[in-house]
Amino acid sequence: MGTIQPRVGEPVSDELVLVQAAKRGDVAAFEELVRRYDRNVFRIAQHITQNREDAEDVVQDAFLKAFQNLEQFQGQSKFYTWLVRIAVNEALMKLRRRRPERTVSLDEEVKTEDDSLPREVADWSPNPEQQYSQAELRDILTRTIQGLPPGFRTVFVLRDVEGLSTEETAEALDLSIPAVKSRLLRARLQLRERLSRFFQRRESGDGNK
Amino acid sequence: MKCSEFLQELTNYLDGVLDERTKSELEDHLAWCHNCYVVCDTTKKTIEIYRDSQLYELPEDLRTRLRSAIVSKCHQHKKTGPRSV
Repeated sequence: MGTIQPRVGEPVSDELVLVQAAKRGDVAAFEELVRRYDRNVFRIAQHITQNREDAEDVVQDAFLKAFQNLEQFQGQSKFYTWLVRIAVNEALMKLRRRRPERTVSLDEEVKTEDDSLPREVADWSPNPEQQYSQAELRDILTRTIQGLPPGFRTVFVLRDVEGLSTEETAEALDLSIPAVKSRLLRARLQLRERLSRFFQRRESGDGNK
Repeated sequence: MKCSEFLQELTNYLDGVLDERTKSELEDHLAWCHNCYVVCDTTKKTIEIYRDSQLYELPEDLRTRLRSAIVSKCHQHKKTGPRSV
């Protein structure tokens, strides 16, 4: 069984040149950085906030904040990691505003130890996603990931959807590497468990719910 | 290797960062433990399905609108200085 290959990122060789130009106030250079990463920031923001308008605001606020604070970017990490950190913070602020009754942080809801242990071990169909239309599949995937606590969801999205490394995810979320690994494992297992309902092999007849 | 130990190493295995010895112990375990094999295989599929899902794609018209708003705010920030935006 092979390993998961990370999603290949945009070439970053000329990125520092763009960042340096943007630091000097070159808005066109900064616009190129926006073009490179706006889709990623939007996806991350929508995964965290679960709200389209909030995600739009987060994209604008995160990029503006990045432009305003470019001086603080020292180039020790990738520009993208630094930007993601800003975007995650903006998204969490939105989420807190929407749910003032609950404290939302990346540290919450991690105490339940047994929720990730596999219970459903039925095998899946060979191409489970082909059992559903595009729209049905999107709905299943959206509802399933929305059911994860924000702290798990965010780690999964950064690591597995956006392809950040464990170290970059830790840096972007201000978490330790063991914390990222533990959350990632549990997020993956919980998603797997929940998707099994939809994707398990059907021909035996007794495996269905 | 026990099932619980396999589970602890699953993420490292899928990410391809295990040392050779642990990897081979894990693969021995997978060869005889069908449940763990299924968990490993379906976890891998879970990741692939999400990675390929294109959830929350940014529509092109919205993208253009957001970008032009960002650019205009950046120009405004340049003009009025850091404290005024």
